[in-house]
Formats: sequence, C-alpha cells, structure tokens
Amino acid sequence: MIAIVDAGLGNLRSVAKALEATGTLQPVRVTSDPQVVRDADRVVVPGQGAFGDCASALGPEAPLGRAISDGIQGGKPYLGICLGLQVLFESSEESPGHPGLGIYRGHVRRLPSGTRDENDRRIKVPHIGWSRVAVRGTHPVLDVPTADNWFYFVHSFHAQPADESLIAAVSAFGSLPVTAAVARDNVVAVQYHPEKSQAAGLELLRQFVAWRC
Amino acid sequence: MSVRRIIPCLDVKDGRVVKGVQFVELRDAGDPVEQAAAYDAAGADELCFLDITASHERRDTMYDVIARTAEQVFMPLTVGGGVRSVDDVRRLLLAGADKVAINTSAVEDPSLITQAAGRFGSQAIVVAVDARHTRVGADVGWEVYIHGGRTATGLDAVGWAARVAKAGAGELLVTSMDRDGTRAGYDLGLTRAIADRVDIPVIASGGVGTLEHLREGLVDGHADAVLAASIFHFGTFSIRDAKIYLQEMGVPVRPPPGMP
Repeated sequence: MIAIVDAGLGNLRSVAKALEATGTLQPVRVTSDPQVVRDADRVVVPGQGAFGDCASALGPEAPLGRAISDGIQGGKPYLGICLGLQVLFESSEESPGHPGLGIYRGHVRRLPSGTRDENDRRIKVPHIGWSRVAVRGTHPVLDVPTADNWFYFVHSFHAQPADESLIAAVSAFGSLPVTAAVARDNVVAVQYHPEKSQAAGLELLRQFVAWRC
Repeated sequence: MSVRRIIPCLDVKDGRVVKGVQFVELRDAGDPVEQAAAYDAAGADELCFLDITASHERRDTMYDVIARTAEQVFMPLTVGGGVRSVDDVRRLLLAGADKVAINTSAVEDPSLITQAAGRFGSQAIVVAVDARHTRVGADVGWEVYIHGGRTATGLDAVGWAARVAKAGAGELLVTSMDRDGTRAGYDLGLTRAIADRVDIPVIASGGVGTLEHLREGLVDGHADAVLAASIFHFGTFSIRDAKIYLQEMGVPVRPPPGMP
C-alpha cells in the first residue's frame, strides 16, 4: 500500500490520481493516521502551502512525523514533493520556530526577490513554471527520457542541504542554482510537481512505485 | 529559470464549455473535461477554466468539472469566476484546482487575498485584474473594473496590482478590456507597466489574434505567461504552432510533445 500523507494542506487529490494513473496495483491511500503510514510499503509526502503548517503536522514531535521518520530510518521508499522535500531539513525561513523533521542537516531559504535577468527583466517570485531539471549522475526514480525532462515548479523557497552530495538534481532560478531534488538511499524528494508535469511526471511516479531501493 | 507559459482558457457555463476548442477529434465539443484532455495532449503549459455560470445555484457543476478534469489531466489548473470567500477557494482547491483567480471580491474586500494566501499559500492565489485605458488630464493610465467589466472602481490598475502583490497574491492575470475580443493584440503598455512594477508573475490576457501577439506579450509586454482563448478555440492555431513560432523567434518555451 502507498500512503499519501495528509498534513491538512495541498492538492492531495491530484497526487493520488496521478499515482493511480501509473497503473500500479498497490492501493493508494490518503491518510493522516500514523499507523497507516507505519503499515505502508511506500510513503509519499506532498504539500503546498506554508512550511509552518506542514512542520506542525509532520514535525519531529508529532506522531505523524515520527511515523515518517521511522519509515525513512527503516528503509521504506519515501517520495517527498515540494514541502515534502523541504520538511526533511531542519528549518525554513518561511516559518522560524517550526522545526522540520531534521532527517538531513540544512535549511530552507527564500528565493531572492528583486533580482533581474540578463535582459534586465525582473525574476519573479513565486517561481512558477516549467524548467528543465539536470540530474546529477543517475537515479532510478529521477531519470526520465531526456526530451521529456521538463517539470512544473511552484515555489518561493528552496532547500540548501549542508551536505551537497544530497543534491540529486538542480534547476536554475536566474543565475542561482536551486535544489530540484535530493536523494539518499531510500529517500527521493523533488521541489517540482510530478503530479502536474504531464507525461514526464507520470513517468517519474511510475518509476517510484516500481522502485527497489 | 522557467520558460514562458502558454495558457489556453475555456469559458464554462453550467458545466459546459461555451467558448471552446473546435478540435475535430472531439466527440462532444461542449465537454470541458474532453477539451482539457485535448489541450493536455497538445502540450499546453497550464489550463484555465473561467466559470461564467450566472446563477449561484448552478455553480456546483463547476466543482464536478474540476474533479473530473483533475482525475485525467495532470497539468496545472487555474479556476476563476464568482469566487467570493475563503471557503469558495478551499472547495475549488479540494476539487483539484491548483490556483484560484479572484477578481470582484478582492476589490470589495482586499483582506480576502491575505486570508486565502495565508491559508493556502500565495502560489494558489491569482488576482485577476480587468482594466480599461483611461485619461485624467494629461495622465494616461488604466482603471480597474469589476462585475465582469460592468463596474468601474476608480482604482489605478498599476497601483492596485502592487497592492495585491503585497497583500499576498502569487500571480496576476491582467486582462485589457479594451482589447478583449478585438484580436488586435494585448495592451502591451498595461501589461508591461504592471509586470515591471511587481515581483510576482504576470499573465497577459485579452486581444490575441496572431502568434506574433503572443510573442509581443512575452517580450515587449514583459509577461511571464500568455493566456489565449479564441485563437486556439477556432482552430486558427494550435498550441504546437504557437510553441514552434515562439521557439523560432527566440522566446524560451517548453517544446511541444515529441520536439527537442
């Protein structure tokens, strides 16, 4: 069973429908029950909205957060999407005082506003739209056929891991490289939205549901 | 950085498309879900549904349209029209919308923007600005209209845009009422004045008749995205035509399916 963790935010329906559209035979359950998360074979944490709300529901002291952390430590495949990536780190400038899961050292920073591109156009925040994603090396979930390697981003914050080797894919925000994905062992997490990225996104999800890590 | 976006828009009334695409392969030209799927297959970057249902009682049909669309189409979906409250926003997002566009209610109660953005994140809140060219003495500007363009507000569109950006809007959908339906091109002065004033993305709308108009909106108007209805509806151009044209003109876009 694949558990989609409901932290009370975001468009969970799209994530559930996209996972079902991969054709997986594994049941997909949207849940806020820590026991369901513990029983699941795979865990997906999506989320848009505010880091603080997410951290309150999923932080290290919350039962749901502990179930997620235990699953990660126990080797269960984890897919984080957007806030589901950011919450893996210690804290976010979006919500000071709300600790994340702290699975990895590092912090989530605001994208700089007021910057301009080479044509002197304002670079807008939130960063909304399609970007090419460059995967570092290879990854069985993140690699999709090159021509399709476009994903949809919507974010104002990005993760800066203390250990740069966690960064599995990057994209660009103006001249600033941003963390597009982190990966280690059984954890893969993306800043972009595979559930909104048409064929490329479905391919990534298909690879996650089949992933033997 | 992200490339420029092309966003087709469908007008939906009582759960049926009233101004939509004339794709020959469609079985039912009035079904918004089928049209959304066709735009998805064509490689549109996002999709916009504008609910023009007149009666409040029949608005529930829109939630069903969104839910059915979100089951089949895995692309960003913006929904606007008749959004009055934080609860309306919540229902649309739960049905499967990614972004909700607010217009009249934002003018009547600007705190709605802040409340909705605080609850669902700025990225989910689009403020739609309908504006008309105006002249006060020697000053040329644009005035904000509400109630589907029937009511003048006295608000300066550029100042209003800056205010809603500060209040928490994540994006602006800027429609020129002077140009809407004319096919004479976007009001580039309006689009550029707002895009240069705010730090949030701007979607240009109103007046597209040619592919060159799309380029003008993105390059001269400084828009981050272009919304178009009739050029795609009547089959004059496809999304693919638009992407290829913009690529050839050096505008960064996501290539259409099957193209490098």
